[in-house]
Amino acid sequence: MAPADRFRFPDLLGEATADIGSRPGRLVTTIVGTVLGIAALIATIGLAQTAAGQIARQFDANAATQLVVGPRTANTGGGATIAAGALPWDAVSRLERLAGIESAAVLAEVQLPEAVVTAVPVNDPSRPPSAPPPIYAASAELLDTVGGRLATGRFFDAGHDGRADRVAVLGIRAAERLGLQRVDTQPSVFIDGIAYAVLGVVGSADVRAELLNAVIVPTETARADFRLAAPGDVQARIAIGAGPQLRNQAALALAPDDPESLEVRAPDGRSELGRDVQADVNGVFLVLAVIVLLAGGVGIANVTMLSVMERVGEIGLRRAIGATGRQIAGQFVAESVVIGLLGGLIGAALGVFAVVVISVVRDWTPVVDPRVAVGGALLGAVVGLVAGGLPAHRAARIEPVDALRGGT
Amino acid sequence: MSDPATLPLPTTAPAIELRDVTRSFPGPPEVQALKGASVSVADGEYVSITGPSGSGKSTMLNILGLLDRPTVGEYRLGGVLTGVLDEDDRAAVRARHLGFVFQAFHLMSRRTALQNVLLPMLYNGTPRAEREPRAREALERVGLGHRTDFLPGTLSGGERQRVAVARAVASRPRVLLADEPTGNLDSARSAEIMNLFEELHADGLTLVVITHDEEVARRASRRIRLADGRVSEAG
Repeated sequence: MAPADRFRFPDLLGEATADIGSRPGRLVTTIVGTVLGIAALIATIGLAQTAAGQIARQFDANAATQLVVGPRTANTGGGATIAAGALPWDAVSRLERLAGIESAAVLAEVQLPEAVVTAVPVNDPSRPPSAPPPIYAASAELLDTVGGRLATGRFFDAGHDGRADRVAVLGIRAAERLGLQRVDTQPSVFIDGIAYAVLGVVGSADVRAELLNAVIVPTETARADFRLAAPGDVQARIAIGAGPQLRNQAALALAPDDPESLEVRAPDGRSELGRDVQADVNGVFLVLAVIVLLAGGVGIANVTMLSVMERVGEIGLRRAIGATGRQIAGQFVAESVVIGLLGGLIGAALGVFAVVVISVVRDWTPVVDPRVAVGGALLGAVVGLVAGGLPAHRAARIEPVDALRGGT
Repeated sequence: MSDPATLPLPTTAPAIELRDVTRSFPGPPEVQALKGASVSVADGEYVSITGPSGSGKSTMLNILGLLDRPTVGEYRLGGVLTGVLDEDDRAAVRARHLGFVFQAFHLMSRRTALQNVLLPMLYNGTPRAEREPRAREALERVGLGHRTDFLPGTLSGGERQRVAVARAVASRPRVLLADEPTGNLDSARSAEIMNLFEELHADGLTLVVITHDEEVARRASRRIRLADGRVSEAG
């Protein structure tokens, strides 16, 4: 006959948990250390996460991934500002070699103050004068770089640019002003009387929203038709966090002979403030939390030891009716694991609550990784496991003969 | 399957057989609590062991109950030599074949009568589904079917000892060992317990009652005396 159901796991669990709630006062004193330790740990990690989330929220993802390089300007004696340097025409290929650059495009505003931009090839002298839309020369990567989306049609490509094709893409508001709604009829716009085929309309852009008001033509076209001297600036989309390093590298890549002549506007990396806050929170409180948690473990060990001493009679009885030493030890370990888990659960709940309260007071958004809360509860169980070891060993070595003489 | 704990004990052998058992406690001075004791108890016998304090009664009980080992000599329980068993096997044999009743009852104060009676069945392999019916049956057997959910603190001394007896017999042991079972009870309660023992004996249970009370000892069908660690049969 197989020894069926001889102190299986459910029995162990039942015996380990049967008496835990019978003395609530003692239970509280047993778990208070664990509760405080786990709560402090969870609150510390939670506050660090909250602070990091707070900083991340302040930092605008679009601004953090854009880098702009332009010529440095200098004041002339007469009070006007002139560009002190110039970007090379191959700025895009120079920048794209740098790590952290995801996409780059040159962009220049074409200065044609007297230009007439119209969708009909008729010079109507009676037409009321209106400011022409700004005209930008750009390379084909512009759309990707500024996060633009087309409302209709397509953007020009490197081929158009290389051949200096007379093509243009309109910003959506420029298209409205010019009365163009669709591109499948192959409309043209006339800039100073020259026809440019409209390929598409840009509906929106994450950055450089002024493009939506503008007529955009390829850079080579602008060089040929409007004698564009140099790119105005280079716009690049970069990886998050690459800003500080690219700030140093971009100018060198674009103007190795005179990097000082260029001005690079790149986002800072993660905020220094944020790093400081996190370092402070983590360092001091983690140490405190671990100390409290150790004290909690010692507390569990003490009370479990006390409980073993008090229950010598029970242990003797269990041995007499057939419990092995291991079963006795298992029962006490399981009991302290359950107590530790209970402390961990309460502590994790308190810790999360503390993070929420502090966040509300500070007007922050509380951020707690659920894995941290679950891990905190489990850590309590581990503390119980470690703390229960010695008392359980002691309990297993109690001689039933002596124990049964002891009474109760 | 060579695990002695799981083998049914052969029924032809005596329930208990002690052969020249000596138990000495290292000194100084060395004390011999039992000196060459030989006792044989047949299946279904009702035996009392008496003797003044210090005569070796408790040592005898501990050895019979596999809670202690003889220094010299052999102890066979149901024909199985116990000296070769390791501690885990001895625990298993205790769980399956022995029931204990103590002077101090040793009931768990925060558990109900029923839960106390269930306790030994955790360790002796009673299938989970059978445990509670058996425990209720045992409580009925000792006349406490109406007290199953009472805590020991709310029961009288006699009732507590009856719960302890129910706990000892619920796991259907081969031998019931009682150590001063009436030591904490008045004479009326003692009589109740002794009547209960006689009923259990009539049902075929092997009983060994250790007592210093002549009144209790006379109820047994066979009496063994211990004096200064030596065994003698008494009429």
